[in-house]
Amino acid sequence: MAIGIDISQIGVIASKEFWDRIRNRWVVAIAIVFAVFALLIAYFGSAQQGTVGFKGIEVTIASLVSLVIYLVPLIALILGYDAIVGERERGSLDLLLSMPITRLELLLGKFFGLSAALSFSTLAGFGLAGVLIAPQIDLNSLYNYAGFVISAILMGMAFLSMGVMVSVLASDRTRASGAAIALWFFYVLVYDLLLLGALVVSGGQIGGDFFPYLLLLNPADIFRILNIFSMAEVKNLYGLATVFPETLSDPKLLGEIMVCWIIAPLGIAAWRIE
Amino acid sequence: MTNNVIEVRHVKKSFGDIQALNDVSLCVERGEVFGLIGHNGAGKSTLFKSMLGLIQPDAGDILINGTPLHGEAFRQVRRRIGYLPENIVFYDNLTGLETLWFFADLKGVPKSECLAVLKTVGLDHAARRRVRGYSKGMRQRLGFAQALLGKPDILFLDEPTTGLDPVGIREFYGIISILKKQGATIILTSHILAEIQERVDRLALMSTGRVQAVGTVHLLRENLGLPMQIQIVPHPEILPPVLATMEANGFSHTIQSDEGITVICPRDQKIPLFAALAPYLSEMIDIRITEPSLEDVFHGYSIPKPTTHTRENP
Repeated sequence: MAIGIDISQIGVIASKEFWDRIRNRWVVAIAIVFAVFALLIAYFGSAQQGTVGFKGIEVTIASLVSLVIYLVPLIALILGYDAIVGERERGSLDLLLSMPITRLELLLGKFFGLSAALSFSTLAGFGLAGVLIAPQIDLNSLYNYAGFVISAILMGMAFLSMGVMVSVLASDRTRASGAAIALWFFYVLVYDLLLLGALVVSGGQIGGDFFPYLLLLNPADIFRILNIFSMAEVKNLYGLATVFPETLSDPKLLGEIMVCWIIAPLGIAAWRIE
Repeated sequence: MTNNVIEVRHVKKSFGDIQALNDVSLCVERGEVFGLIGHNGAGKSTLFKSMLGLIQPDAGDILINGTPLHGEAFRQVRRRIGYLPENIVFYDNLTGLETLWFFADLKGVPKSECLAVLKTVGLDHAARRRVRGYSKGMRQRLGFAQALLGKPDILFLDEPTTGLDPVGIREFYGIISILKKQGATIILTSHILAEIQERVDRLALMSTGRVQAVGTVHLLRENLGLPMQIQIVPHPEILPPVLATMEANGFSHTIQSDEGITVICPRDQKIPLFAALAPYLSEMIDIRITEPSLEDVFHGYSIPKPTTHTRENP
């Protein structure tokens, strides 16, 4: 028999998760890491070319994307994998579930609380860097930068959702952490190489047309497309404009697919936790 | 209306090949302290978790206050339940008071109640210390405190005195008797049978996934027909006639010591024995009767077919 969702119970769990991360300075630490990286890349990103100083927001964002695409999924997966299996293994899950709360509410509470912590760190870290950079860029560039921060938050939530799913499915913490690292390895390091390999091996014959759409099966790639294709200058820089269908340059559509990536693993977790 | 707070009807649950609960049925009445006794693996924790709705039985029904733990009723019932799990684990980074705030929020209990509950369990002095620094006994008290939040009608306490010192155990049962007077129903498990036997109204003895017997400690002893130990301390001058009388009544296996004569007496032989000894009663220094302990009762029911004890020399 179905039981309605009690938002206030989700709120209690979410707020505990969020404040736990504030109290143990996790949020501050991650925010500082993001801010420092963003400022370093903005001001010293061109040091290899023999110059230092701010070179423009497009180049900065392109460099930040390369960094964030490694860092945020890793942080999100590490944050998420422990959520349920950790409670189970420590022995605190039974007590929690003896409260007037459903498993689904617990799951959603965990997810939203951790999402809030990760989003807050991302926003604070890159926001601080943005405030410092802001005087040197125009409004349009600021808009692009805001897009970068929002898409980084969405990508974080997508990988957090995967981490929480792993946490529900895994039988113990060790397996959960292994699965989380494997997911990171697959989506961040291996996936693109596999696509590229398939393309090269088949001489471009197989998957050539729907190759760009395969990128949508990876939230990290969606994040990359979102940020690279929103800026004409970077698009030309990458030489991708020719191979990419126009429909996939629509930030709204890409955003929606990203949201699907947040909902889908969470949906599997919700189904399995019951 | 039935007076049963908890009704367990033909519940079965297995984990793989292991039959954890095998057709378990029992009722717990309103306002009673009910003990669940069994060795490790007897199925009492599984039964406990099934009653709380943490485990879904394969077959059978469990009703709490006449309602199954499904649908929206689940939330209403849960608000009226307090649960202290075995080996309770808390969040080390929170203080005792913050821990209670968290559970109070989940139970819909005002936070203002929490300090008073901590005081009840004698933990108010450590309210603002992190749980990380709590001793085993303090954690157990905190666990009891969270179970007491919101003045629950039903308390499920799994091995509640683990880690408590003798003073703590006495305080714990003091609180239990107050709650009982206030009308709460309390179900507890314990492996220290001697501790539980004076403090529960009724008991269920479990082994190998079955309830072997249910009843008051007195009734369980009676049903099993376990013999009692009788110790007679006569004046030295009447010792020979007393021994002769006992032997004539079939009590040839006596143990004599400085403490007097000790004999194992079947229940139905108690009155005949004292009737035979009646002429000497005024010359006795002392008579002590020891009922079989709960341990003896438990072992009697744990073996598959309990045999009634008979006299060795009829």
